[in-house]
Amino acid sequence: MDLPLSDFRRMEVEEFDTSKLLAHATKQATERGYKNFPIVDVDSHHYESESIGEILDYMEDPVLQQLARSARQANAKSVGMLPAGVGYQDMGGRVMRYAVRGMEKTEAGVQRDIALTRRWMDAIGIDVAVMFPTPMLQLGLHPQVEVEVALARAYNRWLTERVLAHEPRIRSMLYLPFNDADAAFRTVQEFSQNKGVVGFMVTSARYRPVHHNSFMKTYALLEEMGLPLAFHAGYNWNDQTVGMMNRFISVHALGFVFYNMVHLANWITNGLPERFPKLKVLWVESGLAWVPFMMQRFDNEYMMRSSEAPALKRKPSEYMRDMYFSSQPMEMTDMAALEQTFRMIKAETQLLYSSDYPHWDFDLPSTIYDLPFLNEQAKRSILGGNAMKLFNLKLPAQKLARVA
Amino acid sequence: MPELFVAKAAQFPDGERRIVSHGAREIGVFQWQGKFYAYENLCVHQGGPACEGIMMHKVEDVIGPDRGWLGQKFSSDEMHFVCPWHGYEYDLKTGECAADRSLKLKSFEVVQRGEDIYVVAS
Ligand code: FES
Repeated sequence: MDLPLSDFRRMEVEEFDTSKLLAHATKQATERGYKNFPIVDVDSHHYESESIGEILDYMEDPVLQQLARSARQANAKSVGMLPAGVGYQDMGGRVMRYAVRGMEKTEAGVQRDIALTRRWMDAIGIDVAVMFPTPMLQLGLHPQVEVEVALARAYNRWLTERVLAHEPRIRSMLYLPFNDADAAFRTVQEFSQNKGVVGFMVTSARYRPVHHNSFMKTYALLEEMGLPLAFHAGYNWNDQTVGMMNRFISVHALGFVFYNMVHLANWITNGLPERFPKLKVLWVESGLAWVPFMMQRFDNEYMMRSSEAPALKRKPSEYMRDMYFSSQPMEMTDMAALEQTFRMIKAETQLLYSSDYPHWDFDLPSTIYDLPFLNEQAKRSILGGNAMKLFNLKLPAQKLARVA
Repeated sequence: MPELFVAKAAQFPDGERRIVSHGAREIGVFQWQGKFYAYENLCVHQGGPACEGIMMHKVEDVIGPDRGWLGQKFSSDEMHFVCPWHGYEYDLKTGECAADRSLKLKSFEVVQRGEDIYVVAS
């Protein structure tokens, strides 16, 4: 395969092997003794678009199924059923695995997502990974609500039957078709007992306020079952405000926080933590720097305008401190600020390591393990212990990842 | 200081790179416009294989006389190599991180003896 460069040259790539790409991560795992404790990754990804043929087999509406199959056949890259926004995650080919991942060979007889996921988990030293889709992170923006519902259900069925049932190291918080509150409720009812399901996930990029009354029964059900609800960030360049930004760096930096800020604001000011005090809420892939901002901003205004958030019995930041946050992409350019953030979010119990692998801005466990201000116990909690508690994971005593 | 054999000059075309190891240390050796450069293959970010990625010219904004933005171009002389893990860019001629020049990859001397290219793994 030839990759285009900045002049007449092209870079030839003959093979791609995740284990080789991550050889330095494997070395880190050995040097830091990851074999001595479990590592749980609460946010990783696969490319469900590569299995879309299989997923569509699980779609029940015959007309939508035929529409999707047809659009796919005509030209996989043309406008079809899966929304695909403008974006440059591969950074003009600089993050090479985007272009060459299709060349990677996997062992015969093993489902490809399982084979690839095991491979990078072993390379990094991760025992259990919570896996999410990739293009479907945009599905909440689909103009046809019924398509979100149908695709979500097909995906959840495919994922539980083809992936989660076969590899206990891979777990997922299943996709909630949140633009249809009843369908979201039915999704929890139907799938919560399936093997490997550790909670449910709302893709944050959407225009549906979380405080709408139609969602209360879903929150109540999740609370009763003790299953966490995650909001997975995503950008939307078609949003008018985001559309004012002309560089992907800006769209990504702000876009991946924007919707979670809106949802968190609604969640707090509408008193949902008081109404669902046992519901465990997890904010995924917005990094951490936004949280101290939200805490200070909302505490400050709440002191003046508590009449507008009358359900609250404590300051907004105190509710936020009861929530869970995934670590990646962790802002690491100012250690003092990061240390302060860890203190503010009660990282020792509320922070969950996430890699986001294989996406462009993934974080290795060393981003946590090498922090100078954490003791060994805190490192191990953030890298695995907190997630094991949150998801009620029972792991065997021996390390699952192959780490020397 | 051990000298590590990198390649025969004839088998190391301009614009290419080789990775050699010495114990646990990996070194990326580049040839660019007739000169050799060698850096430790260990990214300052999260320890990725910095020398194994794509080589791309620096991207530049083109600003007009009225300070308006006219477009972008690739630099005619500044070449970068890019860590494949997350895209940190390094100046090929200095090993400095393009986004923060105070960060730098460890560099090594490259010597040619007759047809043979060596890197001095200090
Ligand atoms: S490790 Fe090199 S860019 Fe992150």
